[in-house]
Amino acid sequence: MAENTGTADMQTVAAEAGDDGVRRRDFINIAAVAAAGVGGIATLVPLISQMAPSADVLAESSTELDISAIQPGQAIKAVFRKQPVFVRNLTTKEIAEADAVPLSELRDPQTLAERTKEGHENWLITMGVCTHLGCVPLGAGEGENRGEFGGYFCPCHGSSYDTAARIRKGPAPKNLEVPPYEFTSDTVVKIG
Amino acid sequence: MSFPWANEYTPSHPVMKWVDEKLPLPRFVYNAVGAGYPVPRNLNYFWNFGVLAGFCLVLQIVTGVILAMHYAPNALVAFDSTEHIMRDVNWGWMLRYAHANGASAFFVVVYLHIFRGFFFGSYKAPREMIWLLGVVIFLLMMATAFMGYVLPWGQMSFWGAKVITGLFGAIPVIGEPLQIWLLGGYAPDNASLNRFFSLHFLLPFVIAAVVILHIWALHIPGSSNPTGVEVKTESDTVPFHPYYTAKDGFGLGVFLILYCAMLFFLPNALGHPDNYIPANPMSTPAHIVPEWYFWPFYAILRAFTADFLFFPAKLMGVLAMFSAILVWFFLPWLDNSPVRSGHFRPLFRKFFYVLMLDVLVLGYCGGAPAAEPYVMISQIATAYYFLHFLVILPIVSSIEKPEPLPYSITEAVLGSDDKAALKPAS
Ligand code: HEM
Ligand code: FES
Repeated sequence: MAENTGTADMQTVAAEAGDDGVRRRDFINIAAVAAAGVGGIATLVPLISQMAPSADVLAESSTELDISAIQPGQAIKAVFRKQPVFVRNLTTKEIAEADAVPLSELRDPQTLAERTKEGHENWLITMGVCTHLGCVPLGAGEGENRGEFGGYFCPCHGSSYDTAARIRKGPAPKNLEVPPYEFTSDTVVKIG
Repeated sequence: MSFPWANEYTPSHPVMKWVDEKLPLPRFVYNAVGAGYPVPRNLNYFWNFGVLAGFCLVLQIVTGVILAMHYAPNALVAFDSTEHIMRDVNWGWMLRYAHANGASAFFVVVYLHIFRGFFFGSYKAPREMIWLLGVVIFLLMMATAFMGYVLPWGQMSFWGAKVITGLFGAIPVIGEPLQIWLLGGYAPDNASLNRFFSLHFLLPFVIAAVVILHIWALHIPGSSNPTGVEVKTESDTVPFHPYYTAKDGFGLGVFLILYCAMLFFLPNALGHPDNYIPANPMSTPAHIVPEWYFWPFYAILRAFTADFLFFPAKLMGVLAMFSAILVWFFLPWLDNSPVRSGHFRPLFRKFFYVLMLDVLVLGYCGGAPAAEPYVMISQIATAYYFLHFLVILPIVSSIEKPEPLPYSITEAVLGSDDKAALKPAS
């Protein structure tokens, strides 16, 4: 620009600039645009984060459950974070079936022992949320379809879970999630 | 722009002259959809669907704004407020059915509008931008329809919301946080319902803005026509008004008869009875299906049942489903044939009909339960769908020998073109 001496205007501009062709106004321009840019981006933070879960949703209540009435082979549906949890009392046959599967055959390799608490291996506690797109699988209720592998069956797109609630067939990528929980006594579990 | 022979807007009344000087809005309308817009004389009824789509958009906005006066977007009362509209609000049942069936009508019309583009090569130069904006409109329509279906907060609303937002969970690493952010919780709840309502109200106005760009882009080259031969002289065109206002008016009448037949005699035929059961986060309906207009894409989503090329099945399904629409963005460059209209492309025409059949098969499978034989059929149909766009179209457009084109639109219509005959033989 500085070498352009074609018009009167351009000459004044050239005169304002220092030896290196930089004007004081260039600095002001860059500083102003940069400040506006940073300010603009900072405004996005509240605009975006308002959509994240609010404090009341995050204050996830924990759920205490008395499991003494659940017979072997039976399961119940409880609620945790407004989503279903399956609590299932496995039969010895179901445990043996789960243990008999070689890990190499599994899409998401985990043993039954890794998915239960020591000393309570018959208690399979998982979220009742299919890891495909989030439907509630069948199999916790009396007489519901438990699918080919005897665990849970998701009717939405046909995912089958085995007796350790591990994914065996269908589109779901992962085993049913095990939520954080602990046994507060032999008959009471606290989920969350 | 327009053709040089376009009629000029000449207001005679002093008030109209005064308005024209201050804000030439009447002039704009005259040049856009009045006697000042020359249109090919040979447009067939497939060219009615653009105007019909515009009508549907207005219909949805009018009925929607009214419904919003009576509806309450809160998870505790949303279902009841919908029933309140159906039972207590004066004419509420009609307005709600008009909006629900209006969405279906909108999709019927837009699908025909898009397939018109497929067959007549409307996406080709110089109309690529019209096409790209059209695909954007279609994506916005899908988002709007999805969020609207959540609002009554019935079983299908709830589980539809859960499954569709679950799609985002398939994205590696950021998927799960993204899904929670979209929903504002771990599962659809009040936060999700409220934001969906807000966006469902907003998006149709965004669509209206993109439609304006779409028509602006259309008016630069002007409409194409069934021969695909560009306008050459004045005798190839007629003014939009009264010729196409009349033709579109007739089409609108036919459309309204069919629409009202659905609205008054079969208002629930396209809906799902499970959506009259209030949302229950603890139990999934035995058979979740989206609305019919999403079925072909839903079939593609479900076609991926096993991991494929290191991608988990779930991610593949999601990518394939979105790609099925995104591939349309590349259509103007995948089909290289200089001939637009399918009427003059014997090989292309055959594959066009196979594609239509393929989409119908996908649609049927998408509405069917996730069991054999539907899964296998969807897999084959999905493979063919992508084969059509990515392999067949480019090959066909390079090996095909098109049939001879008419010299001009006038010749195609009248059998001869005086202007052509008068041309000195060279
Ligand atoms: C709200 C939805 C839409 C409205 C209101 C709308 C409106 C219109 C109107 C009024 C026309 C001119 C009349 C005609 O040719 O039929 C038109 C042309 C066109 N539209 Fe759309 N449209 C919509 C959606 C779409 C979509 C989803 C696509 C494609 C993906 C699309 C692609 C086209 C093309 C390529 C043309 C030019 C056709 C030609 O002149 O040959 N439109 N649109
Ligand atoms: S949500 Fe369970 S298989 Fe799709």
